[in-house]
Amino acid sequence: MAAYIGTPTSRVDGRAKVTGEAKYAAEFNSDGLVYGAIVTSTIAKGRIKRLDASAAKRVDGVLDVLTHENRPHMADADQAWKDDVAPEKGSPFRPLYDDGIRFSRQPIALVLAREWEIAVFAATLLDVEYASEAHVTDLYAERDKAFVVEKPAKPRGDAPRAYAASEVRHEDEYFVPVEHHNPMELFAATVVWEGGGKLTVYDKTQGVQNVQRYVCSAFNKKPEDVRVVSAFMGGGFGAGLRPQYEVALAVLGALALQRSVRVVLSRAQMYGLGYRPATIERLAVGASKDGTLNAMTHEATAVTSEYEDFSRNDTGWGGVLYNSPNVNFVHRLARLDVSTPCDMRAPGAATGVYGLESAMDELAVALKLDPVELRLKSYSDRDRNEDRPYTSKQLRECYAQGAAAFGWSRRNPEPRSMRDGKELVGWGMASGVWEALQMPAAARIVLTANGHADVSCAASDIGTGTYTILAQVAADALGLPIENISVKLGDSTLPDAPVEGGSWMAASASHAVIATAEEVRTELLAAAKTIENSPLADAKAEDVVLADGKIMSKHDQSRAVSITDIMRHSGADRILKEKKHEFGEDSSHARNTHSAVFVEVKIDEELGIIRVTRVVSAVAAGRILNTKTAASQIIGGVVWGIGMALHEETVFDHRFGRIMNANIAEYHVPVNADIHDIKVIFVDEPDEKINKLGVKGVGEIGIVGVPAAIANAVYHATGTRVRDLPITLDKVLG
Amino acid sequence: MINFRYSRAGDVADAVRQIASEPRAKFVAGGTNLLDLMKYEVERPGHLIDISRLPLTGIEETASGRVRIGALVPNSDLAYHPLIEERYPMLSSAIRAGASQQLRNMASTGGNLLQRTRCSYFYDVATPCNKREPGSGCSAIDGHNRMHAILGTSEACIATHPSDMCVALAALEANVNVAGPAGERVIAFADFHRLPGDTPQRDTNLEPNEIITAIELPARGFAQNYTYIKIRDRLSYAFALVSVAAALELEGKNIKEARLALGGIAHKPWRDENAEAALRGQNATRDTFKRAADILLSGAKAYAHNAFKIELARRAIVRALTQAAQGTPQSQSNKKVL
Repeated sequence: MAAYIGTPTSRVDGRAKVTGEAKYAAEFNSDGLVYGAIVTSTIAKGRIKRLDASAAKRVDGVLDVLTHENRPHMADADQAWKDDVAPEKGSPFRPLYDDGIRFSRQPIALVLAREWEIAVFAATLLDVEYASEAHVTDLYAERDKAFVVEKPAKPRGDAPRAYAASEVRHEDEYFVPVEHHNPMELFAATVVWEGGGKLTVYDKTQGVQNVQRYVCSAFNKKPEDVRVVSAFMGGGFGAGLRPQYEVALAVLGALALQRSVRVVLSRAQMYGLGYRPATIERLAVGASKDGTLNAMTHEATAVTSEYEDFSRNDTGWGGVLYNSPNVNFVHRLARLDVSTPCDMRAPGAATGVYGLESAMDELAVALKLDPVELRLKSYSDRDRNEDRPYTSKQLRECYAQGAAAFGWSRRNPEPRSMRDGKELVGWGMASGVWEALQMPAAARIVLTANGHADVSCAASDIGTGTYTILAQVAADALGLPIENISVKLGDSTLPDAPVEGGSWMAASASHAVIATAEEVRTELLAAAKTIENSPLADAKAEDVVLADGKIMSKHDQSRAVSITDIMRHSGADRILKEKKHEFGEDSSHARNTHSAVFVEVKIDEELGIIRVTRVVSAVAAGRILNTKTAASQIIGGVVWGIGMALHEETVFDHRFGRIMNANIAEYHVPVNADIHDIKVIFVDEPDEKINKLGVKGVGEIGIVGVPAAIANAVYHATGTRVRDLPITLDKVLG
Repeated sequence: MINFRYSRAGDVADAVRQIASEPRAKFVAGGTNLLDLMKYEVERPGHLIDISRLPLTGIEETASGRVRIGALVPNSDLAYHPLIEERYPMLSSAIRAGASQQLRNMASTGGNLLQRTRCSYFYDVATPCNKREPGSGCSAIDGHNRMHAILGTSEACIATHPSDMCVALAALEANVNVAGPAGERVIAFADFHRLPGDTPQRDTNLEPNEIITAIELPARGFAQNYTYIKIRDRLSYAFALVSVAAALELEGKNIKEARLALGGIAHKPWRDENAEAALRGQNATRDTFKRAADILLSGAKAYAHNAFKIELARRAIVRALTQAAQGTPQSQSNKKVL
């Protein structure tokens, strides 16, 4: 059963996307649709003293202006606002709740009008007077007040003492600024007022059921009265894991007017949502002269808001990758007057591994040891944090295949030793690691007599290829051509799925489809047995497979009955099965994906212009369901890693507590001209322990390690070690 | 965006008449900058006079061998026009270094001259800015000024002019033809844009009731020895940290005529007569180029985050003059600065 699994199947939703047939949250219409324009705060902290909306309300076509003073009722308790992904500690932000200002660009009013242009114009007429309070948005100003948060990776041995005793040491700090997701599609929600208190919510989200529960609890609605749909998403990257404020505002508008309402954020307003928190990564690594790692301390200090404790794992990765007897991991949070950070591709790892793998490179330089050698010397076949084996870890193979494809053996270790005309050439590498997570998920399959199957699940496809891999898995599990499979996703009324994030959807949803297909097969077998002189009369469930539109004996393909015949015989026109799949509780093994990233940079010696001319990313991520969409995931991660290394930075002016480059002209991400050769290798990693299919997921791993590999290559090219991202040309100008 | 009235100008005289009668009116052509600024509430015109259909779209050679470019020629048409590519390839190159193809398709020649600074404080009405709101203060002087000017700044403003095309036009010594209530006049390119001084709200010497009708290029196009290089934070679609238009006329190794204009470092495309004079009559060597660069940057003043621009500009000038002298101009579709 692997006609489609593992092949480079093209996206089944590709045509719908390029023809515009795929509809996004802001594209759904409804009779009498009302348009909402958001007004945001210009101060970072304080309260609204006076908000006069009378001029806006006088504009012809304006239906209402909602503020904290006149909005419909919403829940008061923090718990009611906690979505599935909310930080454990804190009081979630709720738009238009009260007069308090907690961050700059906080929504303070929603102007509702017949037309978008009227709403936008009226929004300029609001007269707002603030009572400002002193704010802090600078991590460095607050780092001394940062507090420790508990993380799973525990200390072992005595890292400070072992570090002090190490023959070769390296200690330094690395800095990652605030970064924003900048998905192409703006956050938007269209709430359709269905009458009788029912709402259909088209929202840009990575989790329709998360939003459904959030809307129900925040606005005291019955579950059956709220349906949330997000069939397509123009990029999420983690920004859409939590319900964002557009959906709360659109629901407020709909409740206030008892009409359908659409709210779309502006690009500048997108910078008032979540982001990757600025983080200071302090590393201290010590080794004996031969390169054996003795000590590792990794301390991260990251931004969170005044009202929630958001944090991810920055610091434990060294214990997953390497064998060091003495480790210490500390994660601290500093509270700033900003919105709460949120997940952004490989949260924690993208930042933490940048620090770790930069420090490992510096240690290799101090040891005069090849960076790959250093990593192999302390290679760990066990997850040292939990002292357990991996379900699989082919990182060694990643190093070997990546190095070979890159030509690493031809590297002259001396900085500034390689050049190409006016350009200095640098070769750098780094390891990557992420978790192979998997969640309970359910799927429904409706198999019709003509051999067509509808497969559905509430999961979102955030652009990663979920539609396609589920079609492949279903086609193989049901023994049907992929053209006969229709996949429906992103609707809260469909079978339960977790939010789409953490790279867990491929494993979670595909196993739900497999489990449901097994139920279909069981029913088909039962029906087949009732046929007179059935060739499968005495076949057991484990003896049959679905293939070529038939159910057949594994041992004798001539013993088979077609789906059509079974249906005709039983008089049913379809078989409907729905099954929730749960992975067994088993913490005896660590589940991780790994990568080795090799990078070539060329840097104009005089002008400092940095080009990433070659990247080889060798990834070990179990079975790859679709080599085309998976490779696209890795390429996307590498491109983002290039952006993280060289371009991306959300610039704050701390005097105003305000982001000053809240647009995608001045917030730089790589453009075509910045991208050169990217080669993706999937190393063979059979994994029979992790799950039935051996699938691990590839959403995050592509970015991890890339920024460090680039920073290491920049050092190799120039002899200048840049420890704060992004590495802009002024930092290497010399 | 605020509400505004809209009208269409029938001809140039009508455009001039309309703008004279409306103190808060503005012309709109491609709208690639003005509409953005209106959405940010930086520009709040009460009336837009659409000039995009005026017949100012020709590119033609005049009797005296000059080339006249209508003010409404789209940037992309100008960049790819055979006459421009052949006789003024530096202008073609500079245009292609700017914005994106889509923006260049919309942006007009006259509008390119009038685009406003990309200073982030100018763009954010929540912060003080003397250019946007005279007297409110300059947030950039003590704020984020990595992108800001190093030459010709004032206490009131350290913004830069963002155009690439204008840097080449400055080097070519173009003229700007304008029409107003008192008739037509010609403004030398060097006199068109202003330094901020104590009136940073005024970017140019174009009067509010005047309209640009054409740009005229002198016959001398420096088609043999020229370049335009643009140093920026990514390799396309970013504003210049420093850009250099360099044009030479050589006799053997000897420099007969030299033009050097810089972008990204001042409130206007920056030329320095002394720097050009230091090139004239000299051999085209690295030392000569360095001397010119030193002269041009002798008065440069750095702020907290843009000190690197002084050294970067020095090196970029040398690189550009080297490219020009060697006859190996920068290609704007190469993913590398040569």
